[in-house]
Amino acid sequence: MSEQVPAPTEVAAEVEAAAARLRGTGPGGGSAPPAARDMYLRLESVGKTFGSVVALDGVSMDVNHGRVTCVLGDNGAGKSTLIKILSGVHQNDSGTLYVAGQPTVFGSPKDARDVGIATVFQDLATIPLMSVWRNFVLGREPVKGWGPFRRLDIAAGQEIARRELGMFGIDLRDPDQPIGTLSGGERQAVAIARAVYFGAEVVILDEPTSALGVKQSGKVLKFVRDARDRGIGVVLITHNPHHAYMVGDEFVLLKRGRMTNRWLKEEVALDELVAAMAGGAELEDLAHELGA
Amino acid sequence: MTAGTPMTAGTPATADATPGGPAGTPPTARPDERLRHQPLWRRILVRPSVSAAIAAVVVFVFFALADTTGTFTSPAGVASWMGVSASYGIMACAVSLLMISGEVDLSSGVMTGSTGLLLGILVSEFGWNFWLAFLAVLVFAVGIGFMNGMLVTWTRLPSFIVTLATMFVLMGLNSGVTLALTGQVRVGGIDEAAGYPLAQWVFGSRLDSAWAFTVAVGWWLLVIALGTWVLQRTRQGNWIYAVGGDANAARNTGVPVRRTKVSMFIVVSVAAALVGTINAVELTSVSAGQGTGFEFYYIIAAVVGGTLMTGGAGSVIGASLGALILGMTTLGIQYAGWDSTWRFTFFGLILFWAVMLNIWVRDRAGGRR
Repeated sequence: MSEQVPAPTEVAAEVEAAAARLRGTGPGGGSAPPAARDMYLRLESVGKTFGSVVALDGVSMDVNHGRVTCVLGDNGAGKSTLIKILSGVHQNDSGTLYVAGQPTVFGSPKDARDVGIATVFQDLATIPLMSVWRNFVLGREPVKGWGPFRRLDIAAGQEIARRELGMFGIDLRDPDQPIGTLSGGERQAVAIARAVYFGAEVVILDEPTSALGVKQSGKVLKFVRDARDRGIGVVLITHNPHHAYMVGDEFVLLKRGRMTNRWLKEEVALDELVAAMAGGAELEDLAHELGA
Repeated sequence: MTAGTPMTAGTPATADATPGGPAGTPPTARPDERLRHQPLWRRILVRPSVSAAIAAVVVFVFFALADTTGTFTSPAGVASWMGVSASYGIMACAVSLLMISGEVDLSSGVMTGSTGLLLGILVSEFGWNFWLAFLAVLVFAVGIGFMNGMLVTWTRLPSFIVTLATMFVLMGLNSGVTLALTGQVRVGGIDEAAGYPLAQWVFGSRLDSAWAFTVAVGWWLLVIALGTWVLQRTRQGNWIYAVGGDANAARNTGVPVRRTKVSMFIVVSVAAALVGTINAVELTSVSAGQGTGFEFYYIIAAVVGGTLMTGGAGSVIGASLGALILGMTTLGIQYAGWDSTWRFTFFGLILFWAVMLNIWVRDRAGGRR
């Protein structure tokens, strides 16, 4: 994929400046562990409590460009709390979050967005009645003209949507069609492609496959791989170890708010991942599903 | 490799501008087998404003046939119902913008009365220059719209409740203040204000010909043009559709949801100030009950024109066609020699059947979207 994203240097510079501002130091300052420098985003035993409830405890993970980090866990495992910490909605109250090697606290979702962390929520990503291209550029519409004649650059918007989705292998029938006419997988792709186009360094995907059928899930996993190949760091939140194993480079398993396992891809086999995730009685069912 | 691929009409030529482009370049030039060609009539019919236009023609033919005075289709008659339609239409455009953004304003009807009364009181009781008073009315309208919008977005109460409250407060003030200041339920003498001649030209004049259209029709066309421009051609228009379609998704992508909604409440109030002023200048007096109940006309017009009650879809053109239908009905019934109160029955029937027609046409012509 040699097709260039417009103004990548501007976006990178902006992200760099925002990161520097957040860490409160100029470039080069600070004394983080050397390994943290190599990762764009690192969590070290991060925890969060709400009153007496321990929602998250001792979670460590690395996220980097061109890498997929999977967070696995059943309902109530603390996945949503983790997303909210990563996207700046909540602040961790133990452990440390590093951005580009520097300890960082996101004060708000805007802080996270400013350092290039984009979150794609499953149902809250697109507006069904609006056309694909209007959805794609929403909030950052290209404009032309000036003063009272400043207007949407419709041709540019349609071209951006068509080109960017094309890079994810989606051949857009008509950029003007309502996005509600796209399949669930394609809608996810629009949200991912949009985040990538607007300069995301890290894309957090919240259960992107949970509402989809087998074929559609496969498509979404392909989009994840494409994003990774384009140098994006991906955090894939899922409860499906099969999906995670297909694309993941690192796996973090959460249970009841605690991190129970952490593997790199080469350290773990699929059976192991499934077993750790499900355990005991459910294993047989899942093995059956796996065999199919 | 760029040669030989047939370009379909309208495909931007930039797609294959890079020499020896990567294999991943989307094959935009190839016609897509999944995209069934839609005949022109189908593509036109699925637009909700088109079924409103069809309904408008039906209503026109009906009242042209029912006409007993021969006025309905005469130049003077057409100018009359266009004038009535204009005062509904200016408001329907603004109300449809607000409804597309997902909110409703029940105080919009009473506001046309409040603004007219304020204008009348300032010029006749306090002796203000007309234009100074007009400026004050605009400030008042922006304030009310801002208040409605802020109350809705801060309290998160349904706009139905908040603006219903505003409507009743204003309704009481309209009567109470007017009675206290003038001793009557009517403010008159607007034509005696300083600056009135120019105001009369700007807000109350008519074409000097057989087709004696009022200047209100011109204002209406201006509002249609402006509303369509904003809705279809600006970022703000994109945001209006987005916040009405799904406020959470819009917020997630960085759209200023609150600002967009509050702006639309202000647009409705300012439109009410324009209509209130036009009415006041045309009639040179305003009654305390002016505009009461009209909020529903505006909502009917918007809905008949294809605006979704739940937000996220609609058009200013459609709302204007809805207003045209209501305007034709209001005067058509009089020309047919029936009692004018029958218009309410007609409005109800039109509302129901126009919406049914909208859905039926869309299903037939477009398939379920």
